[in-house]
Amino acid sequence: MAVTVSIPTILRTHTGGEKAVEADGKTVAQVIDDIEARHGGLKDRLVKDEKLHRFVNVYVNDEDVRFVGGLDAEVTDGDTVTILPAVAGGMR
Amino acid sequence: MGVVLRIRRDHVDAIVAHARRDHPDEACGVIAGPDDGRDTPERYIPMVNAARSPTFYEFDSGDLLKLYREMAANDETPVVIYHSHTATEAYPSRTDIAFASEPFAHYVLVSTRSGDVADFRSYRIVEGEVTEEPVEIVGEAGAESPAIRLGPDVTPVESYMFANTGSDDVPDA
Repeated sequence: MAVTVSIPTILRTHTGGEKAVEADGKTVAQVIDDIEARHGGLKDRLVKDEKLHRFVNVYVNDEDVRFVGGLDAEVTDGDTVTILPAVAGGMR
Repeated sequence: MGVVLRIRRDHVDAIVAHARRDHPDEACGVIAGPDDGRDTPERYIPMVNAARSPTFYEFDSGDLLKLYREMAANDETPVVIYHSHTATEAYPSRTDIAFASEPFAHYVLVSTRSGDVADFRSYRIVEGEVTEEPVEIVGEAGAESPAIRLGPDVTPVESYMFANTGSDDVPDA
């Protein structure tokens, strides 16, 4: 019935400190909406203008969702969705 | 959480050697350590700069997932996150600050703009606020150790100022 969503340290303030939460949905967008309904504040950190934020990576199992449809990427029961902040920067 | 970075000499040497090797592109990596609050960098993990750029670095997204899974399996945390600037000073750029999302990590910046001496400095970056911290190197330099220069004397601080500049105030990279 659900997928497991792994939450990075910096976003655990939005999940009461939990490292992982259960959520429902058929797409990454629905999973994010479902978490948002119970843990307000998370969506703003992940989504901007209906697209995934540049600063965050989201994976369904081993797949970066940027390569499989972004927020429309499909999830099925038992999948693991992992959220990780990009580690990036540089002089420019 | 310490307000000083205590880091082994061999780790410093490895970071600077990596930065020199990849110059003029930026080099990046992590030193993981036990997630036990002791703030000790132990496992050196150089990463590929997927951007392969002199002005930008980014961990490859697949490598990033693998890294974080490994650290979770080992009960580790990214104690140090390092990268190099190859033409500018060893100070966090606007882009660095916008992306920084490990409030408990020491962000190490190495500058290789001088061919002789590499600048080696460390910062906390929390909610857009940068705080430089002293670097204490454990162990003596060996014959093969690259020349480094630490930051100006930095007074340890007891608390952090939180600014209201969040990542949303910085344009997308």
